[in-house]
Amino acid sequence: MSASIRESLRGLPGPFFGDYGGRFMPESLIAAIDELAAAYEQAKADPDFQAELAELHRSYTGRPSIVTEVPRFADHAGGARIFLKREDLNHTGSHKINNVLGQALLTRRIGKTRVIAETGAGQHGVATATAAALFGLDCTIYMGEVDTQRQALNVARMRLLGAEVISVTTGSRTLKDAINEAYREWVTSVETTNYIFGTAAGPHPFPAMVRDFQSVIGEEAREQLLTHLGRLPDAVVACVGGGSNAIGIFDAFLDDAGVALYGIEAAGDGVDTEKHAASIERGRPGILHGARSYLLQDEDGQTIESHSISAGLDYPGVGPEHAFLADIGRASYLPATDAEAMEALRLLSRTEGIIPAIESAHALAGALRIGRELGPEGVILVNLSGRGDKDVATAGRWFDLFDDGAVQS
Amino acid sequence: MSGVADALGSGALIGYLPIGFPDLETSIDAAVALVDNGVDALELGLPYTDPVMDGLAIQKATQQAIEAGFRVRDVFRAVEAVRSRVDAPVLVMTYWNPVVQYGVARFADALRDAGGAGLITPDITPDSADDWIAESDRTGLDRVFLAAPSSTDARLAETVAASRGFVYAVSTMGITGARADLDAKARALVARLREAGATGTDTISACVGVGISTPEQVAEVLGYADGAIVGSALVTALADGGVAGVARLASALSHGK
Repeated sequence: MSASIRESLRGLPGPFFGDYGGRFMPESLIAAIDELAAAYEQAKADPDFQAELAELHRSYTGRPSIVTEVPRFADHAGGARIFLKREDLNHTGSHKINNVLGQALLTRRIGKTRVIAETGAGQHGVATATAAALFGLDCTIYMGEVDTQRQALNVARMRLLGAEVISVTTGSRTLKDAINEAYREWVTSVETTNYIFGTAAGPHPFPAMVRDFQSVIGEEAREQLLTHLGRLPDAVVACVGGGSNAIGIFDAFLDDAGVALYGIEAAGDGVDTEKHAASIERGRPGILHGARSYLLQDEDGQTIESHSISAGLDYPGVGPEHAFLADIGRASYLPATDAEAMEALRLLSRTEGIIPAIESAHALAGALRIGRELGPEGVILVNLSGRGDKDVATAGRWFDLFDDGAVQS
Repeated sequence: MSGVADALGSGALIGYLPIGFPDLETSIDAAVALVDNGVDALELGLPYTDPVMDGLAIQKATQQAIEAGFRVRDVFRAVEAVRSRVDAPVLVMTYWNPVVQYGVARFADALRDAGGAGLITPDITPDSADDWIAESDRTGLDRVFLAAPSSTDARLAETVAASRGFVYAVSTMGITGARADLDAKARALVARLREAGATGTDTISACVGVGISTPEQVAEVLGYADGAIVGSALVTALADGGVAGVARLASALSHGK
């Protein structure tokens, strides 16, 4: 469906966003995906479902999340005012819970008793394990072996919550292959099992559904800034791996022509090296995990392994709505390297007493650059999508913070 | 013969092997050995980085092929080489992105020119395959779509109508790999495909794949379906016993016909 004949860019229904998206999936999974899409359409229009989700947000997640102005951090960004949307303060420590609670309610609605999920940094896995505990569902999480090592704390959290964590040892042993393995498992167990997908990518209905569940971020933040400042921000900035936190904060601003939207991709060692995860900047359209979107791939269409210090952004694809927004110029996508992100992480920690997730630190690195362009009159809203507790070991090694001989996780 | 339908006359054994495993030349020799030992039609796999419908045996073999330098253009070389040595239809089994990146029209032309019969496409369905349906019509190539135990009757009818050559009935809810017992779901699925119009070689055939590894299973499947597809077991035989090993298994399997 063409966006140009709609009055609004908000809430595009899929399956296609311009040329991107779709549902390129094995026939074995089509019945389950159709069932999920139909159940979601019903739930979206059901006031009882929406009320139950809103109540969970209020009494379990702790929504609305607050907005915090960070002036000492902003001193390093040309004096622009910077506001953080504090998704890091949600129960379980990131925006992932917003989507998971919605999909867990859907799981109950379609009568399935078990959930599976993929996870990169472990935040989506922790959120899914949490919802499974809350709703009494069996839960299995697929996580690449590389990620189980660099995010060992989250592996323990998931197991503590009662989930089974399966370390995926095939392919690149990161998020991409965790998704492959979750699909394989889903084909086998689809009669009893729902797949709670963690980002706004994959086959329809996931990109639209995950965006809808995450759009609470932007709706709250837009209202909070209007109340607090009496105006909208000049720029909204978020990190982009698959892109769920970004589309979640972008959606409410899509029709505000004066608000620039920036997605920050993980540039790893740099986009001119072979080690990055900047799918929009350096990829080209292709099909992976059920949708057409920008993709890091070689000439033959073989997927190229991505690289990022951040497990949550270490993905060679990106959600199809981001590909569409990039093509039509409504959002801009910029790279931030591992080093830039880690500097921004340390800067926010030292100037404001907030330790962000390494994923979110990419957005902060982008905001520092955008702020210098906007100057002192500028107002920037950054989605602080997660907290950095899980990343302390990585940061400790990066900045050499451990005493010699100390036990490191 | 170019299409696969003629080969399915009286219950066919269809063998799968990936191209480029353990290397291009050996994979060609192994494919030829299958036909020399009773396999009626070949399904040559295009190694891909993200094979979501494949179990470990095929994952390992295709990953090794990619690491050894497999290129998509090798497919046409392999098909042409096999066709020059044996008279059996050769289908290519491929995930969809490599075809998209090569160009659907260009891929279809090259496959037809190499003497290939068509494509088996495990990760797209007819409702997402407009470009492939158009190009296969233009080139006369077969297009084999998959049907699953979970498919609705309406989708089975759509799949039967869109397929040419045969419909690939997935025997179980699962990925490729040898299984001790064939799922009863396979027989029920073929019966449903018959209802949906896949009544045999006069119309369109229904062949069963996934989990088949023994002559007894081949015989069981050919009791109700038009073809039996063996994949992982052959890949394992090739990995363990080379071309001689895979030839022995093919010969044994063909006694199930």
